[in-house]
Amino acid sequence: MGSRASTLLREEEIEEIKKETGFSHSQITRLYSRFTSLDKGENGTLSREDFQRIPELAINPLGDRIINAFFPEGEDQVNFRGFMRTLAHFRPIEDNEKNKDPTASEPLNSRTNKLLFAFRLYDLDRDDKISRDELLQVLRMMVGVNISDEQLGSIADRTIQEADQNGDNSISFNEFIKVLEKVDVEQKMSIRFLH
Amino acid sequence: MISLFLCMCLGISITVWFTLLLVFIIVPAILGVSFGIRRLYMKTLLVIFEWATLRMERGAKEKNHHLYKPYSNGIIAKEPSSLEQEIHELRGSANSLRSEPEFEMADIFYFCRRGVESIVDDEVTKRFSAQELESWNLLTRSNYNFRHISVRLSALWGLGVLIRYGFLLPLRLTLAVTGVGLLLVLTTMVGFLPNGETYLSEKVHLICYRICVRALTAIITYHNRENKPKNGGICVANHTTPIDVIILANDGCYSMVGQVHGGLMGIIQRAMVKSSPHIWFERSEVKDRHHVAKRLGDHVADKTKQPILIFPEGTCINNTSVMMFKKGSFEIGCTVYPVAIKYDPRFGDAFWNSSKFGIVNYLLRMMSSWAIVCSVWYLPPMNREEGEDAVQFANRVKAAIAAQGGLVDLLWDGGLKRAKVKDAFKEEQQKLYSKVLVGDQDQDDLSEDTLVPDERINEDDIDTDSVKGLCIQCEPTPEHIVLTHESVSEE
Repeated sequence: MGSRASTLLREEEIEEIKKETGFSHSQITRLYSRFTSLDKGENGTLSREDFQRIPELAINPLGDRIINAFFPEGEDQVNFRGFMRTLAHFRPIEDNEKNKDPTASEPLNSRTNKLLFAFRLYDLDRDDKISRDELLQVLRMMVGVNISDEQLGSIADRTIQEADQNGDNSISFNEFIKVLEKVDVEQKMSIRFLH
Repeated sequence: MISLFLCMCLGISITVWFTLLLVFIIVPAILGVSFGIRRLYMKTLLVIFEWATLRMERGAKEKNHHLYKPYSNGIIAKEPSSLEQEIHELRGSANSLRSEPEFEMADIFYFCRRGVESIVDDEVTKRFSAQELESWNLLTRSNYNFRHISVRLSALWGLGVLIRYGFLLPLRLTLAVTGVGLLLVLTTMVGFLPNGETYLSEKVHLICYRICVRALTAIITYHNRENKPKNGGICVANHTTPIDVIILANDGCYSMVGQVHGGLMGIIQRAMVKSSPHIWFERSEVKDRHHVAKRLGDHVADKTKQPILIFPEGTCINNTSVMMFKKGSFEIGCTVYPVAIKYDPRFGDAFWNSSKFGIVNYLLRMMSSWAIVCSVWYLPPMNREEGEDAVQFANRVKAAIAAQGGLVDLLWDGGLKRAKVKDAFKEEQQKLYSKVLVGDQDQDDLSEDTLVPDERINEDDIDTDSVKGLCIQCEPTPEHIVLTHESVSEE
C-alpha cells in the first residue's frame, strides 16, 4: 500500500545503476517496480522462492540454473543492484557504446560477458571449466527422461571432443568462445527493453 | 438545557438523514428507477482526476524529473516463436532428418533468454495484483510512484479523505446493513408463502441487491440485455471479486452455487434458500464430483428454476485477463450464457487480492473508494458443438468473454495464485527439446510449444479440479463470509 516504488529508490541510486548497467531512467524505475512486485517478503531482496513463483520460469528446464545466476557465490538473497547487474547482461549491444571511454571496463552486455553468462550456466561448480560430468548434468536437465543415458553420454563426449583443444577433457572459457564464434550471440542473448 | 438541545439536534439530523436516504436511495431501489445521481458523481470525479494528472505532470516538468509511467505496454518486447524455430535459427541449418542426435552448446541461449524474459515480465504473476493506473485517482492505495504532489493536490486529497471516510463510508455502511437485513427478513417472509411463488421472491431479491449496489456506489452499464440468461441454463462470467455476484444479481435472478457456511454467511444462505432454489453444498459433498454434477444437472433440467451462476476460473483475477476455465460446468450439457464483466479501475479497483486483505478489510476498502464502475456484457448463448469436448468448449466460451471485455485470453490456471505449477509442464518442454535433438519420431502437434502449458495435461487432474470449478470460488480463509468454495491448495 502507498507509494512503494519511489520512496525506496533515490535519484542517486538510479544514477549509479544507470552508469553501471546502461539502462535508462524509465527502464530502471519500471524494473524496480517489477522487483518489488516479486519481493513478496517486502524486505528489499529476492530469494530463490521469489523467482520460483513465476510459472513460466518454473517450467523452464534450466530455470534453477538461471535463478542461480542471480545469486552471488554462497548467498541466498539478491538486492536490486545485483538484480540489475545480472539483467544488464541482456541489454542489446548498441554501436555508440563502443566509442565511449576506451579505458572504462568492459560493459556488462558485451559479447564476451554474454558468453560468460552462458558459460556459467554450464559450469556447475564454478571452477571455470565445463567437465564431462557437468555437461551431462545440464543436458539431463534440458531433455528430462526422454533420452537414454548412453545416448546422452555420447552426445556429451562428441561435444567435448569438438570443443576441447588442450586435451584436458573439459571445456575452458576460451574454448567455449571458439566453439560459438559463428553464433549471433548479440541477438540471441539480448532482450528488447522498451523505453 | 444544552444537553437537551443537543439531543434534539441529533434527533433531527438523524431523522433528516434517514428521510433523505429513504427518498433518494431506498425507494428508487424498490421501484427499480434511478435519479442519475451516481452518473453525475462519476462525471465530476473524472474531471477532477484529469485536473490532478495535469498538475502532477506540470509539477514533474518544473522540477525536471521524470514522470513515472506504468508499463502499460510492457517492459520488454517479446517475439512469439517456438522452441523448434529458435533452436534451428541458432544452429543456422534446417535439417529435420538426422540419424544421430545433434546437440549444440548454443542451444542453451534459448532457455536462458526465455528464462530471463519471464523474470522481467511474465503473463501470470501480474494478474494476481491490482493493475497500475495511468494517472492518480487521489487514493493513497493506488499511489505507486506519483510523487509530484503539490500542496493544492494534497489539499484535494485531504478533502477526498474527508468526503470518503466521513460521508460516503457511513452512508454506505448504513445501506449495506439495511440491504442485508431486508434480505433476511423478506426472504424469510416469502418463505412462508406456498411453494412456487416466484414473482414475489424475485422482487425481494432484486430489491435487496439494488440496495447493496447503492451501498457500494456501483455504477453499472448493462449491454445486450436481450441475451440475458434464461431458465435451464448456466451463466458463466469472469471473476474479479465477490462483488461480481451482486453486480449480476442486480439485473436478474440467479441460483447461486457454493459451500455451506457458518456464521452470518450461513444465516444469509439459509434465508435465501427459503424463497428461491440455490445450491449449497456441504463441505464433504464438494469432493464427490458425480454428486455435484447430478445436482446441477437436475437444476438445469427443471425449466422453472432460475439459471445457475458459476465462475469457472475458480479464483479472483485482477480483471486484465481471463484465465483457464475449469471444465466441470461445461460438461453438464446445457446452454451456456457467457457474461463479460469489466471494471474501470480509475474509481476504485475492485480486485480482491486475498493474499493481502481479508474479506472485511476488502469490503471496507470498497466502501471507501470513490465508486465501483463496471460494464457488463451479456453474450449470445453458446452450446457445445458436435465433436467438441468440454475443454474446447470452455476455451471457446473463454475466448468470447475475453474478446468482449477487452481482456487477455490466457491458458494458465488461476490456481497458480497459490499452488505451484505442475511438473508436467516442465516435462513437456523437455520432451519438445528432446524431439529437436533426436528428430521427430512421431508427428505430434508442436504448434503450442512456446512456454505455455498444454491443455491436455489438465485432464489428469479432473476430479477435484472440476468440482472446484463448479462452485463460486472464494479464498480459503475462515473469517470471510462470501459464498465460497474450495481452494486449489486444499488437495
